[in-house]
Amino acid sequence: MSVSLPASSPVEATAELGVVQPLATSPVIMHTGSGFGRYWRKVWLIMAKDLRIELRAKEILVVMIAFSALAVIIFGLAFDLRVPRATMVVPGVLWGILLFSGILGLNRSFSAEQDHQTLLALLLAPIDRTALYLGKFLANLLFMLLMAVVLLPMLLFIFDVNLFRFWILAAILLGSIGYVAVGTLFAALTASIRARESMMPILLLPVMAPVFMAGIKVAEQVLDGRDWTDFQNWLGMLVAFDLIFLTAAFLLFDLIWEEM
Amino acid sequence: MSTSTLTATTRPTTQRSSHVGWLILSLLTAITMAALMGAALLYAKPALNLAGDEQMAQRIFYIHIGSVIGCFVAFLMSLIGSIVYLNKRNLDWDRVAQASVEIGIVLGMSTTLAGSIWSKPTWNTYWTWDPRLTTTTITLLIYIAYLLFRNGIDNRYTRARFSSIYALFAFLSVPLTYYSARWFRSIHPIVFNGANPDAQGSFNIGETMSQTLWVATIGYCLLFSTLLIFRWRQLRLQDRIDALREEME
Repeated sequence: MSVSLPASSPVEATAELGVVQPLATSPVIMHTGSGFGRYWRKVWLIMAKDLRIELRAKEILVVMIAFSALAVIIFGLAFDLRVPRATMVVPGVLWGILLFSGILGLNRSFSAEQDHQTLLALLLAPIDRTALYLGKFLANLLFMLLMAVVLLPMLLFIFDVNLFRFWILAAILLGSIGYVAVGTLFAALTASIRARESMMPILLLPVMAPVFMAGIKVAEQVLDGRDWTDFQNWLGMLVAFDLIFLTAAFLLFDLIWEEM
Repeated sequence: MSTSTLTATTRPTTQRSSHVGWLILSLLTAITMAALMGAALLYAKPALNLAGDEQMAQRIFYIHIGSVIGCFVAFLMSLIGSIVYLNKRNLDWDRVAQASVEIGIVLGMSTTLAGSIWSKPTWNTYWTWDPRLTTTTITLLIYIAYLLFRNGIDNRYTRARFSSIYALFAFLSVPLTYYSARWFRSIHPIVFNGANPDAQGSFNIGETMSQTLWVATIGYCLLFSTLLIFRWRQLRLQDRIDALREEME
């Protein structure tokens, strides 16, 4: 990707007025750095942009929720008569649905930009690329959590298991952070390749194995009425996953965009 | 970018001597692997604390450990190849990464297969959700995804860069997967450095056993090196053919 300036740059305009400036003193100023508050404002703007698009187009969240409702019904039908107690399968159902319908949202995150040909404009914007990543990450995280907010009552309704317990909710939050951290980066990787929709789950799900196992175990233990000390190592695993992958994504995201 | 950077031209003067090198390496690999088969089946003494089918099945241990070491070396090499590629941007390192992943998948599958054959008489099942089994399988799936992902990218440089980024992420998740699976539950014997009290089919290492194991380690490392060099060369030639084809069009 290369940026070429138009021929009539401000240098020529000022030269006509008699004030001759050397080229090097008037480079294009990229407002990329300086200031914690300014950085987060850019992150916020990217996120707000995605949310505004979603409010108008309803392309992502509605699809995710519709899919998760469908999945709850499918699992409900599949397990209804075969399983003695619903609490035996609900942790797996919860995390399976979270991961699968999460992919639908993550898939659209960058491929929508690609389809509307706004990706280039986004990359040319004078912001740090990590701000772009964080903005997208927060928007995707919000979609994920909103979907979970709808999913939990559906599970209560179909399976009659109350999942509104503090530690289950905490595990969903922590798991979603790690999931979306990796997913946003993979969405950027797959945005421009062939068969991106089918590629995403194949790339993402095996990497998500620790999150999946930890999420299931926490939900299982809480439903069994265990104490916090019995599953604190799983929560630690989720926190470790989040920190490792957020850092890695933060460092590697810039490498994705070199040529278009 | 011009096509000449895709492949460094191979000098004909060095070609003959390197051919001899490959021949020696291949021969050495073949001899060591043959020696390993002999040692595993005949030389190593049977495990005394096991009996019947279990005792016989224990002999697959040498192949199992050999291929898992080769598999680990291969995936480590692919990580090194990916990191160096991202630093140096030399496609040769990307080819190292790809070739290593391909060999690692084959060796990983051989590990799983050998383990399954052993676990049927010992654990009375081909498959169980043991951490090492789970981790190996998920790692294999990750690297199969790596190869599929590569295929979907047309631009040679984008392919190299994206798959290197993915390989880094993939490798980071493997230890986490291992610890998660380990907390799930384990019945896998730990033969080196400690024991698992819940292990089924465990045994201690005797002298002939550890000698055979060394042969296995060396043999599989040689096998990996030989395959890596041949596959690397093949990938290099393939890129060259692609470049020439593009030039003709």
